Amino acid sequence: MSVPSSRVLRALLKSRSGFAGSVLVGVLVLSALVSLVWTPYDPTLARPQDSWLLPLSGGHVLGTDRLGRDELSQLLTGARSTLRTALLAAAIAAVVGLALALAAVLVPRWIGAAVVQFTDVLIAFPVLLIAMILTAVYGGSTWTAVTAIGVGAGVNVARVARAEAGRVLGTDYVLAAHAAGSGTWRTVRRHVLPNIAPTLIVQLSLVLSVAVLAEAALSYLGFGTPPPAVSWGRMLHEQQSYITARPLLVIWPGLAVVCSVLGFNLLGDGLREAADARLRVRELQEVPGA
Amino acid sequence: MSLLKITDLSVRIGGTAVVEGVSLDLAPGERLALIGESGSGKSLTALAVMGLLPDSAEVTGSIRLGGEELLGLGDRELSRLRGERMAMVFQEPMSALNPLMRIGKQLAEPLRLHRGLNRRRAAAAAVELAAQVGLPDPELVVRSWPHQLSGGQRQRVGLAMALATRPALLIADEPTTALDVTVQADMLKLLDDLVQQHGTALLFISHDLAVVAELCPRAAVLKDGRLVEEGATDTLVRSPRHSYTQRLVDAARATGWDTPEVAR
Amino acid sequence: MTLYVLRRAGLLVVSLFAASVLIFLVLRLLPGDVAQTIGGIKATPTQVAAVRHDLGLDRPLTAQYGSWIGGVVTGDFGRSVLDGTSVSGQLAEKFAVTGPLAVGAVLLALGFAVPLGVLAAVRRDSRLGGAVNALGQLGIALPTLWVGLLLVVVFAVQVRWLPAQGFPVDGWDEPGRALRSLVLPWLTLALSEGAVLLRFVRSAVLDVLHQDWLRTARAKGHTRTSALLRHGLRNAAVPVVSVLGLQIAALVAGAVVVEQVFVLPGVGQMLITDVGNRDLDKVQGEILLLTGAVLVIGFVVDLVHRLIDPKLRSAV
Repeated sequence: MSVPSSRVLRALLKSRSGFAGSVLVGVLVLSALVSLVWTPYDPTLARPQDSWLLPLSGGHVLGTDRLGRDELSQLLTGARSTLRTALLAAAIAAVVGLALALAAVLVPRWIGAAVVQFTDVLIAFPVLLIAMILTAVYGGSTWTAVTAIGVGAGVNVARVARAEAGRVLGTDYVLAAHAAGSGTWRTVRRHVLPNIAPTLIVQLSLVLSVAVLAEAALSYLGFGTPPPAVSWGRMLHEQQSYITARPLLVIWPGLAVVCSVLGFNLLGDGLREAADARLRVRELQEVPGA
Repeated sequence: MSLLKITDLSVRIGGTAVVEGVSLDLAPGERLALIGESGSGKSLTALAVMGLLPDSAEVTGSIRLGGEELLGLGDRELSRLRGERMAMVFQEPMSALNPLMRIGKQLAEPLRLHRGLNRRRAAAAAVELAAQVGLPDPELVVRSWPHQLSGGQRQRVGLAMALATRPALLIADEPTTALDVTVQADMLKLLDDLVQQHGTALLFISHDLAVVAELCPRAAVLKDGRLVEEGATDTLVRSPRHSYTQRLVDAARATGWDTPEVAR
Repeated sequence: MTLYVLRRAGLLVVSLFAASVLIFLVLRLLPGDVAQTIGGIKATPTQVAAVRHDLGLDRPLTAQYGSWIGGVVTGDFGRSVLDGTSVSGQLAEKFAVTGPLAVGAVLLALGFAVPLGVLAAVRRDSRLGGAVNALGQLGIALPTLWVGLLLVVVFAVQVRWLPAQGFPVDGWDEPGRALRSLVLPWLTLALSEGAVLLRFVRSAVLDVLHQDWLRTARAKGHTRTSALLRHGLRNAAVPVVSVLGLQIAALVAGAVVVEQVFVLPGVGQMLITDVGNRDLDKVQGEILLLTGAVLVIGFVVDLVHRLIDPKLRSAV
């Protein structure tokens, strides 16, 4: 990881998908941050006299819902729970994924095989079902959603990280380092982690996009962060009953979800391209010297 | 009247000229070797004849097979000639066969496509073809999958496939390069015999003068997409006019190859 | 092959067992208490203890697991502690909605994803191929539930061709109405599953297009198209089938959401209702049922994968 991160960043912004992804994710993060200090109106304040206002009327850019709540303010505030859920879930996924992957390749073979089997069984549990189990016991909350998404995505990360870690451990230079007396943890720290980091980062950006989708679905189903916190999924749920009268109001939250998911997906593509470019540069540098 | 007449052939891929102004002539039943290092454009020349170049390639000049101009023909017209009038054996036997199709079906496919053989007769023909190229236990081979055969066996399948319809022209692109040294000689002998037997014209592509000298009386040398020398293989070897040809001769000698005077 | 089937079947049994233990432990060990739920917030500790005893919750965990799994093996997936309804009793009726929903959606998804994926690969350098690929990427980013809502806006609200939600009370006794109420759910689920599938098909076909043997096929007299059809697609199917197994979990989750969006009385909605009621015995059985379905379908997919790849077939 000797290449300065500013160069990776430049490579990222130079690729078309990386740039578009950065912009979309930037908008999401900015919305969440701005909503902490300012929103046009109080997103949860009901003003019955202002219900069903159309966009650009009565000082409401995107209009109001049945209870007269400002749509734009809700969208900005909703970015918070989307972002929070996505980041926490990705963190859990990284820990779970890395732990399962390393456990599978480092420990004695029969335990490793058991870990692999266990991971494969967990993959059979859709995120939604894990969330439902947790909700059935605890009731829906940010934590049940985050845990479910983090674990569900983490086992998939584990699958990819495991293959990657196994590949690195099998390479000649790691075998040589091992033969030279490098301890297991030293090998992991010095060789495995730096080498699987690019793959892991790309995977995690995909986890973020999956998490945004899952958060929307969970809060739509009522298994996510409970009211009064605002979330895009619940906005869609609340609006569904009035879809005939006000179809426009199901457009905005959905669009917000799509832009965020697309943002993380494109960011992942851009990161992959940047990482590939970095690898290629490294190879080119190594060949003549060797 | 020549069977294959290539005139001023040029191939450009992505703006780079990979073959430039190549002209070759091959009479029916004649053998011609196309020699050069990898990247000299010899395989691309062969693929141009077969009409198998990637879409991005721009081809100019003329390629005539039995008087018919091939450049400008559509994929459908060319497909009627490929495997019927002209056929090709490729370099890599390990990847040249469809891994999900039994050998017998692949062997008889040219007959199914061009002669309209039904399934039963095609299956019988496949066994005959397998026997013709000396595959042991042909009945078993036709029921096998490609991954169950060795490289040498697969290359025999490739040759049998190419010759199934008795084409007038066979292009062999380094057919022994990827094989074990021990089976290379057998493969060359088989190729020699079958081409002789069927009266097939042969365009043999190789980087190895030693191999070429035993098989083809005439050779053309290609370097960086251009034809640098052409003539009788004997003359070429004894008194190369171009320094590049000299290098190829030296390379062949370095591997312990006797002079052609001794070999013939 | 027989040996493989046996080994893979053994693995399936182990996986099912592991899944059941996992579900059981998570639902029993986590500090939520069914007895408290049933007794109500105001129940005294004595009342709660009585409920626990009635439900057998004071028995050792192994005994509880044993009687649960014993029931499951004989087809009893649990009974509601609230209203006495059983999962098995409702299953046939619920599955009559979810089964056709899932199968129809998969067929529909295959129906458009395979040709479009092939098209996007074959014409990758053209504007058309690029557009199809971009649509696929967009499709992946669309939340299933939002696709459903948009389809409702267009087809049920604007042009009023199809019902926005619900399923006939008489179910399949009214086949016309039942089919009509499944059209939008099918489209919704197929679009989100198909978008992912399209990407897989595209990359599998792209991979095949670079293979030497495809060139061999053309050298034998195939056109580009016929070589792809006769030789390419079967090969492209191998990796697609193997990822199909992983897609099953996503399909199950998608079906649950779609049933909620379109108010379809299927397995997913039953589950959502029971989760809402914290009806743990039923939830436990239903989750096992769905996870089991994912594992069993994964098993079948693995066998199909073996069947179409002779290299795997002859290996043990």
